[in-house]
Amino acid sequence: MTILDTAESLAEISTREVKKVPTLRGKTIINLFFEPSTRTLSSFELAAKRLSADTVNFTRQASSVAKGESLKDTVLNLEAMNPDAIVIRHSSAGAAHYIARFCKSHVINAGDGAHEHPTQALLDAFTIRQEKKSFKNLKVVIVGDILHSRVARSNIFLLSKLGAKIVLVGPPPLLPLEFKKFNAEIEFNFEKALAGVDVIMMLRIQLERQQKNLFPSIREYRNLFCLTAKRYGYAKKNAIIMHPGPINRGVEISDEMADSVQSVILKQVENGVAVRMAVLYLLLGGKEHETSD
Amino acid sequence: MEEKIKASVMDASKIRRALQRMTTEIIERNRNLKNLVIVGIRTRGIYLGKRISKLIKELEKVTIPVGVLDITLYRDDFSELETQHMVQKTEIDFSIAKKDILLVDDVLFTGRTIRAAMDSLFDLGRPQTIQLLVLIDRGHRELPIRADYVGKFLPTSRREIVQVRLKEIDDNDEVLITEPAEMK
Repeated sequence: MTILDTAESLAEISTREVKKVPTLRGKTIINLFFEPSTRTLSSFELAAKRLSADTVNFTRQASSVAKGESLKDTVLNLEAMNPDAIVIRHSSAGAAHYIARFCKSHVINAGDGAHEHPTQALLDAFTIRQEKKSFKNLKVVIVGDILHSRVARSNIFLLSKLGAKIVLVGPPPLLPLEFKKFNAEIEFNFEKALAGVDVIMMLRIQLERQQKNLFPSIREYRNLFCLTAKRYGYAKKNAIIMHPGPINRGVEISDEMADSVQSVILKQVENGVAVRMAVLYLLLGGKEHETSD
Repeated sequence: MEEKIKASVMDASKIRRALQRMTTEIIERNRNLKNLVIVGIRTRGIYLGKRISKLIKELEKVTIPVGVLDITLYRDDFSELETQHMVQKTEIDFSIAKKDILLVDDVLFTGRTIRAAMDSLFDLGRPQTIQLLVLIDRGHRELPIRADYVGKFLPTSRREIVQVRLKEIDDNDEVLITEPAEMK
């Protein structure tokens, strides 16, 4: 994939003394984040800065949205200052697509509700490619709150397209059977699902969901779905452990596994910058206008 | 765009002799070969650079490391490009600080590629000196840039295209002058 190949070439820049290339000098990128974020926001910001672009960060709390300004007005007002691209994270599905309709600038989706998180899937694919070289018939298991996860959806779309076999695991209320339509298998028994697996992708269990009785208790979730060393033993040798972050240590993943040699969680973060640099470079380094979903 | 071949100005043996001559010039001018490193500009500069390193090794028994430079990110014509160039890796596994760099490219034309290459090198470190080797200098400089070692001076008209073919990735060693064919 062009994006992954480009990311590979750009990754070298982050290891230099002078972590900058002049490619996007003079371009302005606005990070419009209506939901909190550590990784995605700083990742996009660094990616833009390393390509010499200027960035402006906009977070919900410190903005006029608190005064009741609508999304459309917010975007139109920011657009009046001539940015080249807007990176948007919003709690509503379809937000990126919505603003792309009236936006002159390029739009990048950094997560829209539970719908998609495309750059996360791209950096996950990049990380998998680094470790496992090929996606054909690779067995991937995604574990956790699939129902509410945009990371899961984006990964299911991307990885199955690339030829991987996907198994989804989680407690039944968080794993609707409809997901079978997405070319994925469903399994409620974690140990069973781990047989022969090359990639274990853990998702954060959102503890707020417990209030809504979507799973009985954190202890029960941990008993059934926590990735422990014992469970890891059921997977294929050298299976890699992934997590989009932030991790709930001791809930969906044990300390031992999160910090193990097979865990590529921090590599994912490092690769996130390279992948986002590739996305920005490919979108802004030319003539055409297009939206990126 | 269809191309019409106007002339073949160098064949394999002419290219070989030019590289040999330039190699002896390099050895003559660089007293401390141990401080020399070669950086080839993608793509054909890499193969020329490797051939030069091999020739130096045969004559002087010194191994000159060869690095690869991709200048796509340093171009000055980004917003005017019709299609994007695929950016590839810059692979320079050695430090260039205080080194004498021999920058190698196949054709020297406007000089903008070399300007971009130097900008890129300065982001990687501070070399002692930079010398430029090109197989063909075709004139039409737009910046004050000149080569230290030239395989062949080739006066051309602006609309002509100079193509260097190297057997490492093309069918054979050859330098061609081509012209876009007339549009019907």
